[in-house]
Amino acid sequence: MAVVFKKPSALTDMPTHYCPGCTHGIIHRLVAEVIDELGIEGKTVGIAPVGCAVMAYNYFACDMIEAPHGRAPAVATGVKRSLPGNVVFTYQGDGDLAAIGTAETVHSATRGENITVIFVNNAIYGMTGGQMAPTTLPGQVTQTTPYGRDVKVAGYPVRICEMVSTLDGTAYAERVAVDCVKNVNKAKKAIKKAFQTQLEGKGFSIVEVVSACPTNWGLAPNDALEWLRNNMLPYYPLGVYKDKTEEVKE
Amino acid sequence: MVFFMAERVLMKGNEALAEAAIRAGCRNFFGYPITPQTELAAYMAKRMPKIGGTYLQAESEIAAINMVLGAASAGVRAMTSSSSPGVSLKTEGISYMAGSDLPALIINVQRGGPGLGGIQPSQSDYWQATRAPGHGDLHVLVFAPSSVQEMVDLVSKAYDLADNYRMPAMILADGMLGQMMEPVVLSDESDKPLPKKEWAACGHNNERKHNIINSLYLTASELERLVKERFERYKVIEEKEPMFENYCTDDAEYIVVAYGATSRIAKAAVKEARSEGIKVGLVRPITLWPFPKKAMAAAAENAKAFLCVEMSMGQMIDDVKLAINCKCPVGFFGHTGGVIPTPAEVLEEIKKMAKA
Repeated sequence: MAVVFKKPSALTDMPTHYCPGCTHGIIHRLVAEVIDELGIEGKTVGIAPVGCAVMAYNYFACDMIEAPHGRAPAVATGVKRSLPGNVVFTYQGDGDLAAIGTAETVHSATRGENITVIFVNNAIYGMTGGQMAPTTLPGQVTQTTPYGRDVKVAGYPVRICEMVSTLDGTAYAERVAVDCVKNVNKAKKAIKKAFQTQLEGKGFSIVEVVSACPTNWGLAPNDALEWLRNNMLPYYPLGVYKDKTEEVKE
Repeated sequence: MVFFMAERVLMKGNEALAEAAIRAGCRNFFGYPITPQTELAAYMAKRMPKIGGTYLQAESEIAAINMVLGAASAGVRAMTSSSSPGVSLKTEGISYMAGSDLPALIINVQRGGPGLGGIQPSQSDYWQATRAPGHGDLHVLVFAPSSVQEMVDLVSKAYDLADNYRMPAMILADGMLGQMMEPVVLSDESDKPLPKKEWAACGHNNERKHNIINSLYLTASELERLVKERFERYKVIEEKEPMFENYCTDDAEYIVVAYGATSRIAKAAVKEARSEGIKVGLVRPITLWPFPKKAMAAAAENAKAFLCVEMSMGQMIDDVKLAINCKCPVGFFGHTGGVIPTPAEVLEEIKKMAKA
């Protein structure tokens, strides 16, 4: 019988621990498909974050390192500087990348570190049970903003793509979403372009994936995707924020 | 291939640490500026680009230690250096490296604390280095050189043991040693093969299952098993690797214990006391973890009293008492905050001990 749909070989056989309706599974798959298509699994080193995707090291079939909270870009820097011929990516959530690891994110970008960052933004800390994230929307109810995020107390969300696109070292920054087939296909294209940016030695590449967390948002999977479209996308507009990949290499 | 001449040169301690690391195969240095280790990083910045290595100034000590974690995971010899307040920031990464069984070298050119403290020499990070270099059940190898030559020799030793036992190693120096200039013999180690690291995350090249560098174990019994395994390794280290120097201890009735820069001051005082007829000797720990317990116990056999001399409020004294099982009284003399004890002061304390 002809196989028409199969697991990418860059994913292991281990069942994931993600909640029903969580979009990490889709994003893992997209990254793995890209690794397969580029034929780079053997030379790729992935860096897992602290947070829901902490056990990504069990799911990706390439060599993997689990970094301290927020430090994945620094760990990736250490790997890439030691093994410049390898492909190095980080896979991080919003708390990891945009709160505790903001310095590592900004400075690896401004150094033009030749790594690829997959940034999963679901506006909440999932692993610890749904606390306010740096990307939690104004008014959004979480465990630690039980009356909704009050910007007078908790400040405003961080827009990472907008921020890192101002840095000269960032070669490619795009925000995508995985709420529908059309957007999933666009997300894969962006992830592929980010890895290609690294393969061509052009510098820091980041793909922010606007994602759903049905469990901690307290919504059914479909309702969560609807909430994402109605609330997150207006605050986090999709699109390419930086693309230096066509520029002639100096 | 980079060739190095064996040579005798006059070098600052901080620069000698850097050159020794390069000769031991380190090609990846990640740092952040702090006094009094500045010359080490500056030396690396000058040398590394010339030999195809990496000098990278990180955005923080935290980032620097995590870059070391990444490089160590990739299987290369990496290093970071700092001074006391900066080392506090590195403890996160040190703990993760210990929990992931990663070898690397961390230099602490100590200054006075706590807090921002001062910038003068100190030994007040003994507790941090030997008791809590990070959260969790762990040790790091801790070497305490007392001369520029020993700094060079111990860097090479630290890398070898770190690789052998798969754990971080620390050189616990101080601002005095870091700034001191002495003649030093640099050997050519470029022929020495570096150990193979089958466990490294360097790309499986489609030839093996993926390697995972990790310190997370959510099953309590599994974490316990791994920590216990690590402590079995620590036991071997405590048996095989303690280093120390005995000076005039053969017939000694009184023993001074001091390490690092302080041991040189103590040695001068012991020499002077000997010339005045006091039977005193010096035991100098070279490794602080593993602590040379047997050497202490042996010195205590015929001793009437011990004197611990430190540039701190007395952080090593508990290890001395434990090592000799409180067989005789252990006194303490020290200065802290960057104040350096003088040989005359230590001599005075030796005389007091001998009279008591």
